[in-house]
Amino acid sequence: MKLIQLSKNKILYLLIILVIILIPQNNFSDDSLNVNNISKNLRCLICQGQSVYDSNSDFALSMKIFIQEKIEAGLTENEIYDLLIKKYGQWISYDPGYSKTTFLLWFIPLLFFLFGGAIIYFKIYNSKKNFKK
Amino acid sequence: MCLQYLIKQKKIIFSLILLVILLISFFIFNKALKNENVYFPKLNDNKDYYIEDFSLPELFTNEKLSIKQLLEKKDFSIVNIWASWCVPCEKENSFLISLSNFDNLQIIGVNYKDRNKNAKSFLNKFGNPFNYNLVDANGTTSIILGAYGVPETFLINKNKKILLKIIGPINNNHLNEINSIIKK
Repeated sequence: MKLIQLSKNKILYLLIILVIILIPQNNFSDDSLNVNNISKNLRCLICQGQSVYDSNSDFALSMKIFIQEKIEAGLTENEIYDLLIKKYGQWISYDPGYSKTTFLLWFIPLLFFLFGGAIIYFKIYNSKKNFKK
Repeated sequence: MCLQYLIKQKKIIFSLILLVILLISFFIFNKALKNENVYFPKLNDNKDYYIEDFSLPELFTNEKLSIKQLLEKKDFSIVNIWASWCVPCEKENSFLISLSNFDNLQIIGVNYKDRNKNAKSFLNKFGNPFNYNLVDANGTTSIILGAYGVPETFLINKNKKILLKIIGPINNNHLNEINSIIKK
């Protein structure tokens, strides 16, 4: 009886190992060059608050075909973004980029971080001082 | 007395900092929200924008035409993106007809995502201002042009330089602007 149970356990272990081996080695984030990955990073210019990927407008549908053509022509992802930014301006990309108009966007969080850090530092410094007294 | 003074000072500093943060965020949002969200390549930023070459079949003859060769035929060209299913295009058509009398100007239509049959009956019904009509069946050529949709109009000179870009239907102001450029 004990033997059987042990073997049962062994079978269970074996099964678990088998399942782990047989699970396809899925890299859940798909980094391959395809239309969906690129169009998710592009703003649909004639829709409100939708990406090209989400939208079914004529503009977005054409854009997806355009991106597919460019992929087939051998362009890299960044080359496609640059091409579209050149045609439509920075607004089409969800990445605001570094420029004269966006430096505040990058700079202010850093400033707040330093400011907050300074407040915390001085609070601790003062409380230590008081504690010593 | 001294402690009270310190607390008071702290409160003032704190409220001042808060006020500054609020003011900064107000100005950022104020500026960002006032800006129009429909951006297109600025044509007055001293950079010149040129049309990329592409070839499309003609609506009536079905012959493949290159935009570069068409643009070289006249001093100025209007490239108008239109479709028979586009309602503002019907109104715009009369403006285009009034522009079709100039000697140094040709009008090239780009028929956007349309059926040939519908496009032809549209031209029969409202008149045909176009010297050539290129068929852009899947809309990708309009993206090469940097267009958003229909209707959209470009004024281009012989050297393929974009002089004017009009998003949406043409109105009287645009018409005057085009006239003043052509007659220079």
